[in-house]
Amino acid sequence: MRKEKKRNLHRVKQVVISSLVAVVIVGVLAYVTYGRAIPVLDSKGLIADQERDLIVLTFGLGMVVVIPVFIMLFTIAWRYRASNTKARYEPEQAGNRALEAIWWGIPCAIILLLGIITVVSTHALDPYKPIQSSVQPVKIQVVSLNWRWLFIYPDEGIATINYINIPKDTPINFTITSDAPMNSMWIPALAGQIYAMSGMSTQLHLMANQTGSFNGSSANISGDGYADMRFKVNAMNEADYTSWARNTANKTDTTLLTDASYMKLADDSHDSSQQTFLLMDDNLYNEIIMKYMAPGDSKVSGMHTSGMSK
Amino acid sequence: MFQSILDFVFGRLRLSDFVHDPLMAGAGYAMAGALILALIGLTVFKKWGWLWKNWLTTVDPKKIGIMYLLVSLVMLLRGLADTLLLRAQQANDNIAGTLLTADHFQQIFSAHGTIMIFFVAMGIIFGLFNLIVPAQIGARDVAFPFLNSVSFWLFFAGMILINAPLVVGEFSNAGWLAYPPLSELQYSPGVGVDYWIWSLQIAGIGSLLSGINFFITIIKMRAPGMKMMMMPIFVWSAFCATLLIMFAFPILTATLGMLSLDRLMGMHFFTSGAGGNPMMYVNLIWAWGHPEVYILVLPAFGIFSEVVSTFSKKKLFGYTSMVVALIAITILSFTVWLHHFFTMGAGADVNSFFGIMTMVIAIPTGVKVFNWMFTMYRGRVTFTTPMLWFMGFVVTFTIGGLTGVMMSVPSADFQFHNSLFLVAHFHNMIIGGVVFGAFAGFSYWFPKFTGFKLNERLGVYAFWCWIVGFLVAFVPLYILGFMGAVRRLDHYDSSIGWQGLFIVAGVGVMIICVGVFFQLLQVGYSIWKRKENRVGNDPWGGRTLEWSIASPPPEYNFAVIPTVTSRDQFWEDKKKEHTSVFKPIYEDILIPKNTGLGFIIGLFALTFGFAIIWHMWWLVIVGLLGVIITLIIRLTSDDTDYVMTAAAVAKHELKRGTV
Repeated sequence: MRKEKKRNLHRVKQVVISSLVAVVIVGVLAYVTYGRAIPVLDSKGLIADQERDLIVLTFGLGMVVVIPVFIMLFTIAWRYRASNTKARYEPEQAGNRALEAIWWGIPCAIILLLGIITVVSTHALDPYKPIQSSVQPVKIQVVSLNWRWLFIYPDEGIATINYINIPKDTPINFTITSDAPMNSMWIPALAGQIYAMSGMSTQLHLMANQTGSFNGSSANISGDGYADMRFKVNAMNEADYTSWARNTANKTDTTLLTDASYMKLADDSHDSSQQTFLLMDDNLYNEIIMKYMAPGDSKVSGMHTSGMSK
Repeated sequence: MFQSILDFVFGRLRLSDFVHDPLMAGAGYAMAGALILALIGLTVFKKWGWLWKNWLTTVDPKKIGIMYLLVSLVMLLRGLADTLLLRAQQANDNIAGTLLTADHFQQIFSAHGTIMIFFVAMGIIFGLFNLIVPAQIGARDVAFPFLNSVSFWLFFAGMILINAPLVVGEFSNAGWLAYPPLSELQYSPGVGVDYWIWSLQIAGIGSLLSGINFFITIIKMRAPGMKMMMMPIFVWSAFCATLLIMFAFPILTATLGMLSLDRLMGMHFFTSGAGGNPMMYVNLIWAWGHPEVYILVLPAFGIFSEVVSTFSKKKLFGYTSMVVALIAITILSFTVWLHHFFTMGAGADVNSFFGIMTMVIAIPTGVKVFNWMFTMYRGRVTFTTPMLWFMGFVVTFTIGGLTGVMMSVPSADFQFHNSLFLVAHFHNMIIGGVVFGAFAGFSYWFPKFTGFKLNERLGVYAFWCWIVGFLVAFVPLYILGFMGAVRRLDHYDSSIGWQGLFIVAGVGVMIICVGVFFQLLQVGYSIWKRKENRVGNDPWGGRTLEWSIASPPPEYNFAVIPTVTSRDQFWEDKKKEHTSVFKPIYEDILIPKNTGLGFIIGLFALTFGFAIIWHMWWLVIVGLLGVIITLIIRLTSDDTDYVMTAAAVAKHELKRGTV
């Protein structure tokens, strides 16, 4: 009798200690998380909103399996502990067709559902799919360099380094390449990422539905200055955006993006400051891609296209 | 003139390559110092002969298995030390270069990933195969004992190569899979990527040979009567894993081969210009890489199946389901590789296909979890340390499975790819699955191979430190992923508010380190107190054949090869009240002789690897010829076995008191 009392006391002690540990962990985690930006969940764009909904939905569906697993694991383990001699013991039980059919069947059903969701959402959220809108989209060509981002606005005739201004509620059509090792362009508040690869052009469509300044970065290691591959996305009102674009294009003291200044930008550099340029060659983006199509070493062949040095 | 001789002899190796920053030099010299101390110790205690005769030249899978585990343990400590540095850097005040430079930081995470997968997880898996598979199928040895020794020494050579940069040169900073074009000459001209390539290439060939060896062993050397559907489930998992090795590792060899041709001979398989296609590499490396994940985790599934059945004192629930699930996972694992790069820009149909295939894998995996739980149902469960690892495994692995399914939806993956969410997910699977499985297997089979049990109390402490540390280390990473933190950042914007979470993650790693400390203490203490913990053949009430033989088993495992008539053969044998009163009839046993040739092949392979990394072409030829000639010597030798007579076996058995 006393022994049992002692054991119970021990058990209570265990429960108290482990709950305390759990409370401390959760408390600390809450403390270091509270008030921080969580762009994937607190999304600010049309695409990111839908991606967040998808994440929440799959999480919920997963929980349908996870919660029963946890409950079963601990109840079975507790009920059939060796010291509980009252529990039934059937050492020869080797399976049960009906039970097994249940846990082949239920996951199959969930995966079927999830599979349908996958097909539908993958097509709906295909990053290559233009966003339906009555507003004229803004085109931005992106080039990842060592180690900064070059953004070209071909229609506005301007280019920026490490930041972009975009109008809100306007579809943005990115085409993305690299003049460096592979990078991945990710603006978590607005849309998921896509690779930036040399000699290739990928696409990403997104639309901000709020104004604000959002973080973007490279998600794929690209060498020494990889951690500096950060940029800002400033979503602003249509009018602000238009005046910014017009002012930049018309200002006389804006630096020119020429053949020479591009070559300098493309060189390895840890300078991650934001810069603004006047675009001198509408075809720059294509030339950057095409130089990897040339035979021989891409580094040597460089850029010897004409019409760059206006 | 002098310069050209120097170039010829030393390739691109220069004295300055031995100069490192203090931190790295410290690690390097500590390792080299430990090695020198060990060598001095061997000399002082006159143990060279013992080392050579009992270990270096052995072809006994049980000893080779122990050597695999020892190497893995040392590498686990190295990988853990790397983790501490990575975590310290990110928890630091995150100003670039305060602790580690970007270059150094990148070398460390590249080494961490490579070492943990190739030299810890793979080492543990092969160690356990060596120790357990022959004993579980009632065999005396593996199919090709010499090949087994070659495999181990190639693995060992790879291990030396990957640690060599601590002393000479630098390691790759292109991540654990070295995606081109970053890993090409244009962006990584140094020796780092070459170290990565050749240490994996050499260890990888060892793995492939081992895979073939154990596949044949399982196919051909099962005890009479043991049909495939009577094999212990761990053997089934080993069978599936070796099948995966045989299909997947040639892809790795070919891929690394092409990358090295690019780097050595200026070819253009994966360069970004001149017709090369880096994305081809990414496809190929994952066509190996995804099955590799299952090569590691299937044996862990096997271990848990044995553990849960033994400690529930009950048959495994749904044996056939378990086998079907294993085979399904084996096949499906080759159909999902693209989910590692949904973000490459493939069309929606392609992405959907690979997303759905990935989810489908969750079905057989989930079935296994339910079957394990129902093995406990109506059982008599004792919560020994192996069982605690099992419980911890189900919890962490289920969480990891959930996050895995979340990432398998391509459009959602665009938000998770290469973020710390992903990092948390795969550590969830590999630590919760493979590492916990290895620990469960280690404490479960430890008495079999030493003759004494591990201390339970210290094992329990270790378990709780690991599971709590694990959660504290990785839950912050999941949250950081949602915050947009990508992996492999040596510094970040301090205004962004990630530092607190990184500090918590660092604390988690330290709790894990305490767990590892308890484990080392546990092994040390148990060896010290071994006389008190001595056990017989069958300390746990085992079910499979390995528990029917002595602990530790004799060199020949089974004096008389058992005849198998049912699944849990040993369990069924024990149930029969009147054990056979017949005197066992012994016969002559053919035992392979020890040979140093496997070790020598490893040495030559190491020479070859080192030479080709540093472009010492004459030494490359020496290494290669050395391997070939040693092999020819072995293959033309007939004197490879000796006979242990029936009388000697009888004497041996009598001495052990088994009769």
